[in-house]
Amino acid sequence: MINEPVERDRPKRVEDFSLEKLRVGDRAEFARLVEAYSGVIYRLALRIVSNPQDAEDVLQETFLKALRALKNFDGRSSLSTWLYRIATNEALMLLRKNRRVVISLDEPLENDEQEMEPLQIVDWCCLPENELMSSEARAYLDKAVETLPHSLRVVFLLRDIEGLSTLETGEVLGLSETAVKTRLSRARMRLRELLTGYFGARIDSARPAGVDV
Amino acid sequence: MSEHGHCRDLLGVLSEFIDGALEQQLCDEIDRHLQTCEKCRVVIDSLRKTVSLYQQTAPASEMPDDVRERLFHCLDLDEFLHTAGQEQGSAGA
Repeated sequence: MINEPVERDRPKRVEDFSLEKLRVGDRAEFARLVEAYSGVIYRLALRIVSNPQDAEDVLQETFLKALRALKNFDGRSSLSTWLYRIATNEALMLLRKNRRVVISLDEPLENDEQEMEPLQIVDWCCLPENELMSSEARAYLDKAVETLPHSLRVVFLLRDIEGLSTLETGEVLGLSETAVKTRLSRARMRLRELLTGYFGARIDSARPAGVDV
Repeated sequence: MSEHGHCRDLLGVLSEFIDGALEQQLCDEIDRHLQTCEKCRVVIDSLRKTVSLYQQTAPASEMPDDVRERLFHCLDLDEFLHTAGQEQGSAGA
């Protein structure tokens, strides 16, 4: 059973940095902060905008904004939540600018974001690990995430990929915990559907008699 | 309630179910349902596997060194590029 996502390579937490030093512009302390968080911020940005150049722009803009705003940082949220929030906003703004689409996280869910009833019922969990983790399968996993509406994608990335809690994800995105859970559920169900289509085809080709139920 | 109707009712809570975040009473109800509904068992297993595959494959992408260097440069932190890099292991990022 899956509980809260594992704290996988999470950066140092807020306690490890001196807010006092950061607020007065201590450059060495800021460099430590950048070192600790730049990797995760870049990775998150890359998964939202799906383009290395745009991800780098988001990364730089995030820390430039953080540098300017640190003196007023009130510490009510953790530094990591605050940085994730700046980065997510930057990434969504960039998508909006590039694609001329309006993306608002607090709007009601559109029709294409509603709960999806499972259509594909194939038990593919028995496929061997080398098949599930092949480079082709990994590429498909990435592609599947890119098909999610942005409002679902960011929730999935923060919760399941970055390992933030429901509460932290809500703080980053300005959403209630209920809204985070709902969007996470919809994102996961859509991904399950896509992966079932992909891996189910491999079961069919390997074993024509399959385990379709 | 028909069996199919029951399956539809459960859809919205399956995600929390695999996180172990549902109250016990609802978990028990789902467990009972799963004993007789193969379709829902497959959906839950594949949902759980979907999340676990993403979690297993997630941390693969590293930030390239040149991206890191340009970041430090644009923040006017070039002098810390080397020092900060040495701390990278302990920072765990």
